[in-house]
Amino acid sequence: MSQQVEAGEEEELHSHPEPRQYIKVAIFLAVVTAVEVAIYYVPALRALLVPILIVLAVIKFLFVARWFMHLRFDSKIFQRFFVTGVLLAMTVFAVVLLFYFTHGGPAPVAR
Amino acid sequence: MSAQEAALASTQEHHTSTGLDNTKMVMWAFLGSECLFFGSLITTYLLYRSTVLPDSGPVPSEIYDIPYTSVSSFVLLMSSLTMVLALSSSQRGDMRGMRIWLLATALLGVTFVGGQIFEFTDFVHEGLTLGSSPAGSAFFVLTGFHGAHVSVGILMLLSLVGMSMSDKLQPGAARKVELIGLYWHFVDIVWVVIFTVVYLIPLE
Repeated sequence: MSQQVEAGEEEELHSHPEPRQYIKVAIFLAVVTAVEVAIYYVPALRALLVPILIVLAVIKFLFVARWFMHLRFDSKIFQRFFVTGVLLAMTVFAVVLLFYFTHGGPAPVAR
Repeated sequence: MSAQEAALASTQEHHTSTGLDNTKMVMWAFLGSECLFFGSLITTYLLYRSTVLPDSGPVPSEIYDIPYTSVSSFVLLMSSLTMVLALSSSQRGDMRGMRIWLLATALLGVTFVGGQIFEFTDFVHEGLTLGSSPAGSAFFVLTGFHGAHVSVGILMLLSLVGMSMSDKLQPGAARKVELIGLYWHFVDIVWVVIFTVVYLIPLE
């Protein structure tokens, strides 16, 4: 058993990417952030702004989690812990949103 | 013992039934619970972000400085790169490299928190405070808690550097760096969401 553990941990140690790959991911994330900010200032994209921003944020989220937090390489158990947390958070959001639409927003609302 | 052997030895501290390190498991469980914590705060902000009383100060989105916050976001994003480079160095047994990258990460974190303090001060001068409106409360609680998490992360990074310099962190103690790295990347991920949802998505 312990040999299996050691083999697994050795594999984990060597399965992480090289620094060059991390730098490539960071450059990609920086470009995505620049695109996010750029499209914020494009009036023609105003109608599509929210879905585009959400997609870009999800891409950044996944890249940080999978590459920098090593979910791409680590045990699926860790992934399950994290995904459970994210799903619970989204459930809270959905429930509150449902309440918002059925009972109205918080008062007093906007000017 | 070579640096590589030391690095490998450090990952073999615990033998568990799952074959996974317990401390790493606990860290992921903690991060899962943190998702719920920040999810609740973000939800609250979305509900109250336009809720202000007459003459009770501005709506937060009216006074955001997007270029300024974009630079802060970029700084925090790059701190994730330096953090992962610190981990890579520690896995190779390169303690000097690890210390340099950890200090770089802490410095970027301090820059981010400093920028946030400046932003908060500016907002207070504009009339948006923790108690000025539900929108102000939701904004400051959300971003303030995030800033507090970054600050705790900075303290942990500096502790790692201190431990490494006083030989309490031996070459190959990659697990400790990895755990603190996970926390740091999580803080970055939360900001990815906050930057989009709080700052960029316009108030209709």
